[in-house]
Amino acid sequence: MAVNDLAEARATVQPRTRAEYEDFLYREAALLDEWRLDEWLELFTTDSVYEVPTMGVGLETRPDTTLFYIADDYRRLQHRVTRLDKPSAHAEWPHSTTVRAVHNVRILGVEERGVHVACSFTTYRSKHNFTDTYIGYAHYWLVELNGETRIRAKRVQLGMDSLQPHGKVSIIL
Amino acid sequence: MATLLKPGSNVGRWVREDRKAGTFKVNREAFTSDEVLAREKERIFDQVWLYLGHASELKNPNDYLTRFVGGRELIFNRNRKGEYQAFLNVCPHRGAQVVREPCGNAISFKCFYHGWAFNNNGKFATKSRPGTYPDAFDVDGSVDLPRVPRLESYRDFFFISYNADVVPLREYLAGAADILDLVADQSPNGMEIVSGTHEYSIRANWKLLVENSYDGFHAAETHSTYFEYLVDELGGVDKVDFKALEEVQTAIDLGNGHATTQAKAPWGRPVARSIHTWGEKGKADEQRMVAELTDRVGPERAQLIADRDRNMNIWPNLVVNDIMAITVRTFYPVAPDLMLVRAWALAPVGEDPEVRHRRLNNFLEFLGPGGFASPDDVEALESAQRGYGAVKLAPWNDISRGMLREGPPRGDDEAQMRTFWREWARRMEGE
Repeated sequence: MAVNDLAEARATVQPRTRAEYEDFLYREAALLDEWRLDEWLELFTTDSVYEVPTMGVGLETRPDTTLFYIADDYRRLQHRVTRLDKPSAHAEWPHSTTVRAVHNVRILGVEERGVHVACSFTTYRSKHNFTDTYIGYAHYWLVELNGETRIRAKRVQLGMDSLQPHGKVSIIL
Repeated sequence: MATLLKPGSNVGRWVREDRKAGTFKVNREAFTSDEVLAREKERIFDQVWLYLGHASELKNPNDYLTRFVGGRELIFNRNRKGEYQAFLNVCPHRGAQVVREPCGNAISFKCFYHGWAFNNNGKFATKSRPGTYPDAFDVDGSVDLPRVPRLESYRDFFFISYNADVVPLREYLAGAADILDLVADQSPNGMEIVSGTHEYSIRANWKLLVENSYDGFHAAETHSTYFEYLVDELGGVDKVDFKALEEVQTAIDLGNGHATTQAKAPWGRPVARSIHTWGEKGKADEQRMVAELTDRVGPERAQLIADRDRNMNIWPNLVVNDIMAITVRTFYPVAPDLMLVRAWALAPVGEDPEVRHRRLNNFLEFLGPGGFASPDDVEALESAQRGYGAVKLAPWNDISRGMLREGPPRGDDEAQMRTFWREWARRMEGE
């Protein structure tokens, strides 16, 4: 998929049914749980962003003025996946065990960058006999590209006061 | 307050230095023992200056924020006149927390439990029916919000002390003040904390994060994936100036336990060392900022500010890393094997929007819970903490690297950690 597919992506912003989006999100969750990160990355358009703001930051806030936890463009997202594929990504080697639950899926509307789909999520990460729970809301802007749903933007709004006791967001949420 | 324990021989319960043999050992009990933590609270955290916050976090009169410092919940605020103050966030009546929001603007505070109220100078300001309380009730300050014994600032960095008799902050900071100058002087307009806080915990002893924050030795090994990323981003290993890093690196003892590393690292610095991927605009920004710095502080300091990277610990628990971005980080032990961490990004007031974006982008590629480096540090610290479970059979950490080096230490020696541990031993060892 090439960056210049942008125009085509815009042209095919068209909502599917909620059930279809749920299937898409379940598949995404499964790819992450199974550490099939290269396949997971294929779900993204090449002009996409993946963002995890700090706590209490609204959807409208941009990472160019506020400190986030994660603010990846597609290039850095590729690097994130490359990194997590290596045994030298120590925080995630050996890989942690994760279980992702996706719930309360809603189609919030059609916007310029895609169909805005939101869900609440619960992600358990287990390592070294600790199981930490990440909760929050994930917002997606989804487009259709060559008949497939693709992620134009994924924004994870953490629903916790802090990363205590997690200490890190070393997995992809 | 100067470090009394100059490098020599020291045979303590926890710290053993043999200067002749060139060995420096720290007993792992220092990281695991409840007794040590209790002693640290009494002999360190209740005695020294602790970082509270930055002036820019309270922009207007009557602004306030709440913060956990040295084991206590505090209110950091400004009154109507704009003066900065610090109070314990504890109702003098029955102990509930008076302010329950993280920040705001208020001329008075009211406890939600029984409604005791205070003006924002902490003065008791509750109206009661006549006869409810005796006349002598509000005369000795005992019903006012308790003030933190000491509050002082240096270059907009505010510190508190729970020890009323602590030496003045400027004296305590010693050489660390000069390094704070190199941070504060990065802009003619002053510096500010960027909105957004990194709030996390690490399942490890707090002193492991002190060591890690200016440990030049671990970088290449622990953070190989970061450097691989950097090399790839910059377009190949020949585009990355590792030679400068090899040649320009040292560690500086700043007195009173404070220390910093200083190096010339291969990444770009927002103020002001551009990398080619920042393009013409990046180069132009660098030239503009270096020219302004040279005018204002002279060429020598301009080079130190723009082209050197420093990782500093202000004893005991304030880290200021002035590297690919500036992070201000403090942490506190709630148990021997658990610390709470708060970190912020510091940047020039009125920074060019593109430079600010570059800065925050730089910050996230390395630093913080979602960066390409910090999560691996957390893993290393927690791994060491688990290792210390074997303290009785494997009791000693080795901090000897570079002990017998002639001339100034290298940044990837462990001299900066020895500076920390000597001060720690001075305060902790003995009855």
